[in-house]
Amino acid sequence: MTDKDKRPEWSVPAAMAIPEGGYFEDKVDVGRYGPTFPKTPACYGFTIIAKLIPGREEHVREHGRLLAQTVTDAPDSLEVLKLHYLRWVLFDIKSETYFMYQGIFDTDFDKYTEDAVALFSKYGIDTVFENLEGFPADWKTNPASFVQFVRDHQCPSFLEYGEYPYVSADEIKKALRVKAALSEMLDQMQ
Amino acid sequence: MIDLDDIQYILLNRAPALVGRYEFLSFRSAAAGRTWLSAMLEQLRSVQAMRESVEQDRRWVTVGFTWNGLRALGVDEASLATFPEEFRQGMVARAEILGDTGASHPETWEGGVAGPDLHAIVLLFARDDDERARWQAAHDELVARSEGVEVLSSLEVGAIPPFDYAHDHFGYRDQLTALAIEGSGEQPTPGSGPLLKPGEFILGYPDEDGPPTRLPQPEILARNSSFMAYRRLQEHVGKFREFLAQHGETPEQRELLAAKLMGRWRSGAPLVLAPEQDDPALAADPQRNNDFNYAKDDPLGYAVPLGAHIRRMNPRDTAANMSRHRMIRRGATYGPHLPDDAPEDGQERGVAAFVLCASLIRQFEFAQNVWTNDKDFNELGNERDPIIGNQDGTLDFTIPKRPIRKKIAGLPAFTTVRGGAYFFLPGLKALRWLAAGGEELP
Ligand code: HEM
Repeated sequence: MTDKDKRPEWSVPAAMAIPEGGYFEDKVDVGRYGPTFPKTPACYGFTIIAKLIPGREEHVREHGRLLAQTVTDAPDSLEVLKLHYLRWVLFDIKSETYFMYQGIFDTDFDKYTEDAVALFSKYGIDTVFENLEGFPADWKTNPASFVQFVRDHQCPSFLEYGEYPYVSADEIKKALRVKAALSEMLDQMQ
Repeated sequence: MIDLDDIQYILLNRAPALVGRYEFLSFRSAAAGRTWLSAMLEQLRSVQAMRESVEQDRRWVTVGFTWNGLRALGVDEASLATFPEEFRQGMVARAEILGDTGASHPETWEGGVAGPDLHAIVLLFARDDDERARWQAAHDELVARSEGVEVLSSLEVGAIPPFDYAHDHFGYRDQLTALAIEGSGEQPTPGSGPLLKPGEFILGYPDEDGPPTRLPQPEILARNSSFMAYRRLQEHVGKFREFLAQHGETPEQRELLAAKLMGRWRSGAPLVLAPEQDDPALAADPQRNNDFNYAKDDPLGYAVPLGAHIRRMNPRDTAANMSRHRMIRRGATYGPHLPDDAPEDGQERGVAAFVLCASLIRQFEFAQNVWTNDKDFNELGNERDPIIGNQDGTLDFTIPKRPIRKKIAGLPAFTTVRGGAYFFLPGLKALRWLAAGGEELP
């Protein structure tokens, strides 16, 4: 046994190379809406890239500001999604504008699809998606069509890396709470 | 208002029965199926009719069909294609999603329920054995008369002693929680959650999200219908009792451990309201026995462990969109009672249950996939539902406790899935339409 084997998983940085297509053939988990992407040292996640309907760029930026305000007003708005980070990017290829939505989260998206769809419409995230070409018109009542759009536009990673692999946002928050409590205790002991 | 005259009684009422029988049927031809169904129609009661005659009645009958069964009855392909995908695929194809693997795999299911020939189910509930026997004789005769109708298998169900209240073979009091639906004439008891929109359970009505969408076609088939998941769950009573004895030294400790697995004492008293000591009077009082929540009352699970059966199957105020994941539960125990002091006798006994809902994928399958079998549910990491989760002996059950929690490693499987299927539960008009071969009704 090497020293490395004795160390907790989170303390050993890890990388995972992912086959083309995003799945490991021999161990694909089946979710309610189809196969689910594997968990990697960087947790679950997706990278959705889709073409913006021409002329909608300002719409999308405005929604960015709105969403920021939503989270300021109600910090737990997105809690259901078990997120670490979201990144929203607009970029051009030739003269066309594309939208990239990258999320890193702790639970496979398939599990909470309906809850996520409900949340998206509650906070207007939908309106951003409605600016994308090919977004299904019936997405609010048809979670399967929403999932299909996400799958069609998902660009799976070929490599993911975690400096502290497989750690969930809740675990991080718990650890920080313990740290805060500890330093408060130490302060009081002085 | 909801059409209480057209909805099969079982959706909103519980029959005051002590015994029952489920028949699993196959139709060789559409004509055979329709002949049989036409004869059954007069036995079926709507919600309203059942309420009016429940005092006199001695038995209650329900029928449902698999997707293959609807095809066997002659429903056309265009209509069949409008049914939700999970129903079209059937429970067997959804095994991995539901956690039906290993010992619970559909390969092991008997009685023809896992095959494509399963077309229909008849559920009989009766007041007593005599009434059941009478019904069965009449039904056998009907089947004999209806050439091309075959009984694949049957299951007898019945209450087990002591008979003072409904309980399962492990001894847990059941049928305590009930949800209430807008327009059903019922009010939720304290703690049962808000009145729910009828469309969560009955097709053709607004649900918690708005007006009905994506209904099966034609409309006459969908209106006042519902979906029903059948689960035959064997209970390993010997193993369960052994487990309690192994982890609890005194009878009090064993009772507490049983309560921790469920979230209620075996009497039915909820742990949130009676964390230290059983309270049978509380258990029996519908005004109090459901009146609790988790987020404020028990956030860390000191009363009800975060992985206990009822905290998973209805996380109440600790889950998002709770009103979109509720389920109506029906069913009964089957198999012989195992007296408290008797050793395991190797006979099959368990619960033959039904979950009714408008969307199998959003309600039943979500519950199975996320609440029952997601090892990470509530950040637990290595646990599944201790009563119905897929257990292979490698998982834990954590009981939060001060100063340190207790973790039981290597939880055994107390239940095994022995059968199951998805059924469509048509309204009464829809049933007449099916019996008439899809002819427009006057
Ligand atoms: C061997 C099988 C099972 C046993 C012994 C069992 C036992 C129980 C008991 C004793 C209760 C508490 C009484 C009550 O709330 O009415 C309960 C509640 C419940 N069970 Fe099960 N159950 C079984 C299977 C299932 C299945 C298959 C489902 C659904 C997929 C399910 C869903 C629920 C729900 C939704 C509740 C109500 C929780 C609440 O509202 O607090 N159960 N069960």
